[in-house]
Amino acid sequence: MLHLQEAGFSYGGREILSGVNLDVAPGSFYFLTGPSGAGKTTFLRLCYQALMPTKGVVRILDRDVRGLHREDIAQIRRRIGVVHQDCQFVDHMNMEDNIRMPLQVSGRNTELDDRSFQDLISWVGLSAHMSALPPELSSGERQRAALARAVVMSPDLILADEPTGNLDWEMAQKILTLLIELNKMGKTVIVATHDLQLIRTAKSKVAARVLRLANNNIQLAGADL
Amino acid sequence: MNRFSALINNIRDLLQGDLTADSVVPPSGYTANLTTFTAGAMAFLAVFALALSLATGRLADRWSDELARTTTIRISAPEGQMQAQLDAVINVLNTTSGIESSSVMSDDAQRRLLEPWFGPDLPLETLPIPRLVEVIEKDDGPDMEGLRLRLSAEAPGAVLDDHTRWRRPLVNAAQRLRSLGTFSILLIMGATAAMITLAAQSALAANGQVISVLRLVGARDVYIARAFVRRFTVRALLGAAIGTGLGMTAMVFLPSAAEEGAFLTGLGFQGWHWLIPALIPPLAAIVAFWATRGAALRALARIS
Ligand SMILES: Nc1ncnc2c1ncn2[C@@H]1O[C@H](COP(=O)(O)OP(=O)(O)O)[C@@H](O)[C@H]1O
Ligand SMILES: [Mg+2]
Repeated sequence: MLHLQEAGFSYGGREILSGVNLDVAPGSFYFLTGPSGAGKTTFLRLCYQALMPTKGVVRILDRDVRGLHREDIAQIRRRIGVVHQDCQFVDHMNMEDNIRMPLQVSGRNTELDDRSFQDLISWVGLSAHMSALPPELSSGERQRAALARAVVMSPDLILADEPTGNLDWEMAQKILTLLIELNKMGKTVIVATHDLQLIRTAKSKVAARVLRLANNNIQLAGADL
Repeated sequence: MNRFSALINNIRDLLQGDLTADSVVPPSGYTANLTTFTAGAMAFLAVFALALSLATGRLADRWSDELARTTTIRISAPEGQMQAQLDAVINVLNTTSGIESSSVMSDDAQRRLLEPWFGPDLPLETLPIPRLVEVIEKDDGPDMEGLRLRLSAEAPGAVLDDHTRWRRPLVNAAQRLRSLGTFSILLIMGATAAMITLAAQSALAANGQVISVLRLVGARDVYIARAFVRRFTVRALLGAAIGTGLGMTAMVFLPSAAEEGAFLTGLGFQGWHWLIPALIPPLAAIVAFWATRGAALRALARIS
């Protein structure tokens, strides 16, 4: 699914990641943790080719990212659901159009019938908000809408960057539950978070592994968490 | 062939595609209206450049066509020698290659020619009026210098009046004006392309957020570009249609060509030439299409 070998990344001269080795198997659930500024977002951006490694090898969905053309990247992103840290929407379009956008841009909007779409948005609890504009939603609602948009194409890999970042505990639990359900459906999930409490809660519900990002490198954390 | 089918594909994409996709670009009234206005103004100017180019082209063609192949020989001789010199001239002409035909202008024709100056009752017989011989040249006309020399030897009173001498600069001027008109049309197209590129660039810059969302969810560059391209193509088409309409209305109200050769009054369109300005709006749309597409793809290539 995702494979890194001695992968490194630096912004200009500033090294953020170096010598990262990682092998993410399909269907697994990972947390990526580390202090703010450690490079969690940078790592996820490498995973969806918003950034390219400056060293080493990154393979995504069995393709070496170095050989990818812009068109290939667009194709790969259709198989990856990204929940952005500051979940971005197109602010002048309503939530339904926003959530359907991945289908729209890949010319598959007709493939998801209304029933399935209603199922999806009731799953994230946003049935009543589909004609609202993104700025009219609360941050918890926006996070759930971002999650709905991330999974609307039924992607193989879901990358979530601090999906519970500025939510209260109850809402964070809700998002976590959705992510765990997705994993139970067979999706590979990687969640970047600095919320250890959240990780502990998750570990009681799913076989999640924890990656710790420190000193520019990623290590699998032990059971001591 | 490949380029051609690519063009067809582009146009088909533009026409059908998914019209709802356009709504990802927020409606922006102000710049939209500026684009429409500029396209309209450019089209208006293009109508006049086109009229200038066509009218001067007509003029150049007519002058060089009608006049280039006729030459006049004027014979002034004392009363008794006129007929002899006239015969000598005809003889020279008959033995010169490159001449299609020649004819001595009749008294009647000559009287008509002089009527505007001297009135209808001119006693032509009693006046020492020169006789005129009209010569029609073949396509590759005679050697004018040789003809002139032979004439001066055989008929000293004959003067070869080679129209090309004074006609050439006029034809040149008309042709120069025509090229200037054509050049102006190219300039107008270039300015339209530049203006639309700038407008598209500012629209792209203003919609950075939209573009990054689209890329995040897997939109290809052509998809994103298309949304912008369609907007600008439609605006340019609309503006140019209005501008062309206004320009042609203005042309209709120009004073009509009173007389052949009257340059200023003949500036309008004639006959089927009225159809040519109809090409301006689609041309503006094509220019807008390529300008926006280029600007969009270049801008998108810089965004990861
Ligand atoms: N575009 C950028 N250019 C230069 N430095 C950056 C850029 N983005 C992030 N950084 C730096 O890289 C480091 C890691 O950032 P980030 O991956 O966002 O960390 P995290 O998500 O773990 O908080 C931070 O120190 C940040 O300042
Ligand atoms: Mg971050």
